[in-house]
Amino acid sequence: MIVNVIVIILIIGTYVFFFMKKESKAVAVGNQVEIMVSGGYKPDVIRVKKGSPVTLKFNRKDPSSCLEELVIPDFGKNIKLALGEITSVEITPSEPGEFQFHCGMNMYHGRILVEN
Amino acid sequence: MKKDFHISGMHCASCAMNIKSVLNKVPELKNVEVNFASEQASVEHDGDFPKDKVGSAVESLGYKAHFDEDNKDQTPEDAAELESKRELNELKTKLTWSTFFTVLLLIGAMFIQAPEVLRNPWVMLIFATPVQFWVGAQYYKSMWASLKNRLANMDTLIAIGTSVAYFFSLAVLLFEEQLIQLGIEPHVYFEVSATIITLILLGKYLEKRARGQASSAIRKLLDLQAKNATVVRDGKEIMIPVDQIVVGDTIIVKPGEKLPIDGEIIKGETSIDESMVTGESLPVEKGVGAKVIGATVNKSGSIRIVATKVGENTLLAHIIETVKRAQASRAPIQKLVDKISSVFVPIVIILALITFLMWFNFGPEPAFVRGLVSLISVLIIACPCALGLATPMSIMVGTGKGAENGILIKDAEALEVANKINYIVFDKTGTLTYGKPEVDGFEIVARDTDPQFIKNAILAVEKLSHHPLAEAVVRYLSNDTEVPEAEGFVDRSGFGVKATVNGKPVLIGTKKLMESENIEVTKEADKLAEGWRDKARTVSYAAIDNKIAALIGISDLVKPNAKEVVATLKKMGITPVMITGDNAKTAKAIGEQLGIQEILSEVLPQDKANKVKELQEGAKVVAMVGDGINDAPALATANIGIAMGEGTDVAIESSGVTLLRGDISLVPKAVNLSKSTVKNIKQNLAWAFGYNVILIPVAMGVLYPLFGILLNPILASGAMALSSVSVVVNALRLRTKKL
Repeated sequence: MIVNVIVIILIIGTYVFFFMKKESKAVAVGNQVEIMVSGGYKPDVIRVKKGSPVTLKFNRKDPSSCLEELVIPDFGKNIKLALGEITSVEITPSEPGEFQFHCGMNMYHGRILVEN
Repeated sequence: MKKDFHISGMHCASCAMNIKSVLNKVPELKNVEVNFASEQASVEHDGDFPKDKVGSAVESLGYKAHFDEDNKDQTPEDAAELESKRELNELKTKLTWSTFFTVLLLIGAMFIQAPEVLRNPWVMLIFATPVQFWVGAQYYKSMWASLKNRLANMDTLIAIGTSVAYFFSLAVLLFEEQLIQLGIEPHVYFEVSATIITLILLGKYLEKRARGQASSAIRKLLDLQAKNATVVRDGKEIMIPVDQIVVGDTIIVKPGEKLPIDGEIIKGETSIDESMVTGESLPVEKGVGAKVIGATVNKSGSIRIVATKVGENTLLAHIIETVKRAQASRAPIQKLVDKISSVFVPIVIILALITFLMWFNFGPEPAFVRGLVSLISVLIIACPCALGLATPMSIMVGTGKGAENGILIKDAEALEVANKINYIVFDKTGTLTYGKPEVDGFEIVARDTDPQFIKNAILAVEKLSHHPLAEAVVRYLSNDTEVPEAEGFVDRSGFGVKATVNGKPVLIGTKKLMESENIEVTKEADKLAEGWRDKARTVSYAAIDNKIAALIGISDLVKPNAKEVVATLKKMGITPVMITGDNAKTAKAIGEQLGIQEILSEVLPQDKANKVKELQEGAKVVAMVGDGINDAPALATANIGIAMGEGTDVAIESSGVTLLRGDISLVPKAVNLSKSTVKNIKQNLAWAFGYNVILIPVAMGVLYPLFGILLNPILASGAMALSSVSVVVNALRLRTKKL
C-alpha cells in the first residue's frame, strides 16, 4: 500500500515538476548578453531590438553532450560550445518576431524575441 | 592599464579567491579581481602586461587563463576540434576503467565457477562504486543542472536508472533481513548499473567519433585556404599572411602553389586545378584576364594575379558560409520530432513509474524486484538521442557531400523540395549549350548595296550591344577596316537593336522585329532562314535602309553530355523542359538533338517567370536551371532555383541549389543527392521512432504475459547504445553513395 502511494505521488510529482512550470520572463538585452549553459539556457528568453547587432555569449558549464551544440536555425548558426569557455555568436535580427535557439538535439530551448 | 581575461576550470567561489591571491603575488599587477560567476579576471598593470607570469600563476593552481591573443589564429572550428579531441581522450580513459570493473562484475555475477572473491557482494560494491560515481559523474552533474531548470535529458534517465539499481543493491547489502521481512527478494544488481554505464559510454564514444566524420566537410573546406602569399608591394616581393592581402594587391603564384584569394590573371599563362572547390576534375587552362579562384592550385606556369575578392568575399568563404548555414537549417519534416523530443524524457519517467506499479500490483512474485528491473529497463532503453540526431546528421552529411562535388545546397528545405521535382526547366543558353554563340553563317541578300558597307554597318551597331549574340557577330566581323559610328542606339530586349549608321537606319534582330518595323522579308531570305533553323541555328536579320540586307546564322554549341543528362532525368521520372528566346524551329531542332520534347520557344526574358508559373499549375514541383544572372526572377519563381555558374561569378545566395561549375551533369546529381538525403532522413526517423515505440513497451513487459519474456536492463542499455550510433552510421553511409 505504502509503495503504491509513494509511486503515485512520484508520478504526479514528475508531471507537475516538468509540465506545469511557469514560462520564464523575457530578459531585455542591449548589444550583448551572457547566457549560462547549464542544464538549459539562462536566461532562456531574451528580448532584442530589430536591426541592432547582438552578441550572445554562451558560457557552457554543463558537461552533458546534450548541450555541446547550439543551433539558431533562423540565423543559420550551428556551433560547438567548448566546455568551460565562452563562445560568442553575433546575430543581427532584421525581422521582428520570435526565433528559437536550441541544443543539437532540440531538447533544450531558448527564444529570441525581436521587437521593432 | 586595465586588462580583462577569461579563466576556465573554476568550480567554486573559493577557486576565485585562490586565483586572486596568487595573482596578487605577481609584482606588476594591482587591483586584482576574479569573478567566479563570469569566470573573468580583471587586473591593472604597469608597462607591458606580464602574460607569461599571469598564465603560469593561474596554471599553478590547475586553472587556465585565456588571453585574447591566444585565439587570434584559432578559428572557432579549431577550438571546437581541440575540445572534441580532449573529450574523446577523456571518454577513452573512463571507458577503459569502466570496462575493466564491469568485466570483473559480470564474471562474478554470471558464473557460478567464478572465484569466490568476485562473487562477494561487498567486493562487487567496491567495483561498482567508481563506475557509478566517477565514470557516471557526468550523468549526475547533468541531471542536477537540468533539474534546477525543471528540465530533463537523456542523462537524467541514465542517472535515475543506474541509481535505482545501485542503491537498491546497496540497500540489500545493508538491510538484507528487513527486506526479506517485507517480502522483497534480496538480490544485488551492481553488475547491471555498471554495465549500463559502460555500454552507454561506449555508445557515446562511438557516436562522438562518427559525428566527427559527419562534420568533416567544413573542416576540409577550411583546410583548403592558403596560409601565406607572395605579394608585390613597393616593387618588392614579400611573403605575408593571406588575411593581410587587400583588394588590388598583385600576387605572384608559382607552379605548385595555392592561389590565396579570388583574382584575375594579369601576367602569365597556366593550368589550374580547381577540383577542390568546383569539383572539376580536369585542370583548367587560364591566361591573362581570366578569373581565378582562391584555394585552387596553380599547376604549370608562374602567374601574377590582382586580388579582386579577399576575406569573407571570396568564393571559398561563401561556400563555407553556405554549407554552415545549410547544416544549421531545419528540415520541415523535423517539426513533429521537435514536439516529441521536448516532452519525451518526462513521459518516459512517468511510464517507468507506471510500469513499476503494474508489476508490483499485478505481476507474479517476486513482484517488487521484477517491477524494479522493468522500471530500470524502461528508463534505460528510451533513446531521445536517436530522435534528435536523425535529421541533423543526414543533413550535415548530405550537404557536406554536395559541397565536395560542387553542389551547394542552401538549406534543408531546398533538399526536401529537390526531392519532389516533376519538371526541370533549362534556360537553354549556358546550361544545355555553352552560352558562347558563334556565327556560322553570314549571307548578304541585298544585291544593290555595297557588301563592305553592310558588314561595317552591322559591326558598328552590334558593337554597342552587350547581347551574347551581338558579341558573336562582332567577333565574326571584326577586321582592321575603319568602322563608322552608329548613332541613336536603341536596345529592344528580346527582339533586337536599332541605330543609324551614315544616316541610314540599321535594324538587327528577329523576324518579329522586322515585321513590327514593316520591313518586308523576301522569300529568298525566308527560305535561307528556314534551312538554317533546321540546323539549329539562330537567325538574325539585318535590315539597312528599310530593306533586308543580310542574314546571320548563329549556333551555340550543345554541351556534349547534355543529351545524356536529359535521358538520365527522364529515367528519374522528371520531365525536362527547354525555355529559350530562340525561334520555334531553331528551338525544336536543338530539342531534337537533345531529346527534349517540351519546348518553350520565343520566350522573352521577362516572361520566363510566367512560363514557370504556368508549369507549376496543377501542383507540379518545378525546378529552374539558369545562370542566375538574367534569369533571376524565373529562378526565384520556381519551387527550386538551380543556379549554374563558373567559379567566382556564381550567385550563391539567390538560389536553392548552386552548381559551382558549368557541368550540366551536376543537375541529376543534385537531384540524386537530395533524394538520397531525404531517404536517409526518413530511414533515420523511422528507425528512431520505431525503436522507441516498439522497445519501450517491450521493456515495460508487454511480452511477458504472452511469451514470458522480460527484458534484461543490460540488453536495454546495449540496444540504447546501438540505437544512436546506428543513426549516425546510417547518415555516414551517404558519404560513400555514388551520385
